[in-house]
Amino acid sequence: MKKLISLDKIAPGQCAVVDNLQSTGSMRRRLLDIGLIRDTKVECIGRSPSGDPSAFLIRGAVIAIRSEDCKKILVSLA
Amino acid sequence: MGLTNHSVGIKAVDSGLVIKKRTPDDRVVALAGNPNVGKSTVFNHLTGMKQHTGNWPGKTVTNAQGYCETKDQTYVMVDIPGTYSLMAHSAEEEVARNFICFGKPDAVVVVCDATCLERNLNLVLQTMELSDRVVVCANLMDEAKRKKIRLNLPLLSKRLGVPVVGTTARKKKTLDALMETLDSVVTDRKPQSPYLVQYPTCIEHAISLLEPVVKEKSGGKLNSRWLSLKLLDQDESLIREINSYLGEDFLQDRELQEAIQHGKEKLAQYGVTGEDQLKDLIVSALVQSAQSLCQGVTVYADRQYAKTDRTLDKILTSKATGYPVMLALLAGVFWLTITGANYPSQLLADGLFWIQDRLTELFLYLHAPAWLHGALVLGVYRVLAWVVSVMLPPMAIFFPLFTLLEDAGYLPRVAYNLDRPFKRCCACGKQALCMCMGFGCNAAGIIGCRIIDSPRERLLAILTNNFVPCNGRFPTLIAIITMFFVGTAGGAGSSLLSALLLTAVIVLGVLITFGITKLLSQTLLKGMPSSFTLELPPYRKPQVGKVIVRSIFDRTLFVLGRAVVVAAPAGLAIWLMANVSVNGVSILNHCASFLDPFARLMGLDGVILMAFILGCPANEIVIPIIIMTYLAQGSILELDSLAQMKTLFVENGWTWITAVSTMLFSLNHWPCSTTLLTIRKETGSWKWTALAAVIPTVVGIVICIAFTAAARLIVSF
Repeated sequence: MKKLISLDKIAPGQCAVVDNLQSTGSMRRRLLDIGLIRDTKVECIGRSPSGDPSAFLIRGAVIAIRSEDCKKILVSLA
Repeated sequence: MGLTNHSVGIKAVDSGLVIKKRTPDDRVVALAGNPNVGKSTVFNHLTGMKQHTGNWPGKTVTNAQGYCETKDQTYVMVDIPGTYSLMAHSAEEEVARNFICFGKPDAVVVVCDATCLERNLNLVLQTMELSDRVVVCANLMDEAKRKKIRLNLPLLSKRLGVPVVGTTARKKKTLDALMETLDSVVTDRKPQSPYLVQYPTCIEHAISLLEPVVKEKSGGKLNSRWLSLKLLDQDESLIREINSYLGEDFLQDRELQEAIQHGKEKLAQYGVTGEDQLKDLIVSALVQSAQSLCQGVTVYADRQYAKTDRTLDKILTSKATGYPVMLALLAGVFWLTITGANYPSQLLADGLFWIQDRLTELFLYLHAPAWLHGALVLGVYRVLAWVVSVMLPPMAIFFPLFTLLEDAGYLPRVAYNLDRPFKRCCACGKQALCMCMGFGCNAAGIIGCRIIDSPRERLLAILTNNFVPCNGRFPTLIAIITMFFVGTAGGAGSSLLSALLLTAVIVLGVLITFGITKLLSQTLLKGMPSSFTLELPPYRKPQVGKVIVRSIFDRTLFVLGRAVVVAAPAGLAIWLMANVSVNGVSILNHCASFLDPFARLMGLDGVILMAFILGCPANEIVIPIIIMTYLAQGSILELDSLAQMKTLFVENGWTWITAVSTMLFSLNHWPCSTTLLTIRKETGSWKWTALAAVIPTVVGIVICIAFTAAARLIVSF
């Protein structure tokens, strides 16, 4: 069993694999729509100048997500 | 959504589902696709229309329609908003889904980003569940080539069972292939055997229980497999639509109700009970299908294909350089605008006033009465000349420069950079995109607020959009800065100073936006910031030549046209007011002196305040009205340069305090009438519209009075 951490703990340059989403409602659906399902590879590619949100490479697209929302995305380090 | 005849002001009404066919044989084709895949570009090239395009997600927020034809067919093309999915989480997704679902298009073209095909297939698969005539258009093939992404489109087409055409929307030839394919699809020459997403056994089992009943009851009006799935999913917004499409009786039907119940029990047997659980399974099945369909279709020859983008991102959004680069770009755009506008502005003024002299001679030659010459030449023509010479050059330079940044994909980075400050105000970073639109035209900015999902945050963005000076107010600011703070002599140094001062004014506007947004979030529009995802699209090389032509013809001339339409009657009105006297004093003087005491308190004078009030239909005419009024009061009669304009203003009592106060009030006062009507339409409420006018006005009055009091105090020492 791999150790699960939340996505906001992933530093720029690090990669992770999605385990499960704890977000609810419209945010959950939006994350699923962009392809963030179990076993999806996510790479953190940077943070905004003020430290939040962070940008992630998800299935070829770059998506910015705020840290509170990242807290609800559980991943394991790749 | 940008500034064109169709999107500004009152004409920007949702076209809804009303399709206007030119002939009964017209085939209706929907253009669907993820946001920012060049859908609008494809649409424009096919229809010859000028729907505004730009490199950021969410520009197209309503359905637009246009016409095109091939040898065999005529088409009505409908450009629907870009969405990732048809599960309708937001207003635009609902528009898209409703059109594909209930608009009964003859075919749907799903435009995809060739550089990011796998994710785009999610929408393709959902569309194929709904419509049996689908064409996949893999757009941006040139970008894919540049990034060394190899695509095996025939293989994809074979797997999907629908035609897949590679296009580069900027190249007309590639679109001909798309249209040929469309011809064969709408005439059913090419039978399709579309791939169907296989859901996990539990869902398939439940669907198989429900589908026969749905098929019978819906009379084949909708795809029964898809409808069954949605009924199991209890998609509320869809159920509303189904009620109005199939009639309320449909869902009330007992047999159907029983079948749905049955299906749900079947799901429960498999352990699928929660609503989220079912949705997760559905979406996962879609994403996994897309993944396996793409295997072998997309080959990344160069793993580092996005290297340039990442390097640019480092410069444009890093901690050290993100904000400085943003300010530098803003100041740079202003500097180019001011430097570039100086000379043509003078040239235009010279030319137009030379014509005025000739017109005067003509009137004298014809022995026309003095009042006619006054009303037409000194009234209408002179205001027009001022509007054109002051407004046209800055607009003709600013719009293309700004469009270049937009095309390159910089604007979403601004939203990314500014999300944190906006979050502090309990708002959303996408508000920055609306503000950028506001630079062009506040009405367009307010329509652009539709990209914000949360209604509360959208309202915040709408109410504060006016704190960004629109293009009608820029020239006012530029003229005042040039006259009073930099000197009219010109030169690179002084235009740099002007640009920096203008940047400072804009930054002030942005700070006021933050302040008011925060204030509203704590009072009238209380709430927490909502969740937020923002796509940062790949940078694209802007098409310089096209941007210039397009922004001059579509935006500049249009905005100028609007200003001219308003300016002509305003010129006449001013001339009449200046020349019709009541009790020996002209109406103009009556009005100005009535407003004067209050205006003085704000550091203005009655004339300036009156000009702002008369300028309500279009901010462009504020400065021309001030000039006209001073001229009508008769100190100088000839005026054809900024230097003389300054003399005129100074003779009428302007000091640097008046100049600053006028700029502050220009930044903070009621929105123009077009913007107000747009706010009314977007919010559906006069109350919010009134508030949108009151907030900036009160802010402006308070700031002006405070500034004037402080400045006078300092001067008196």
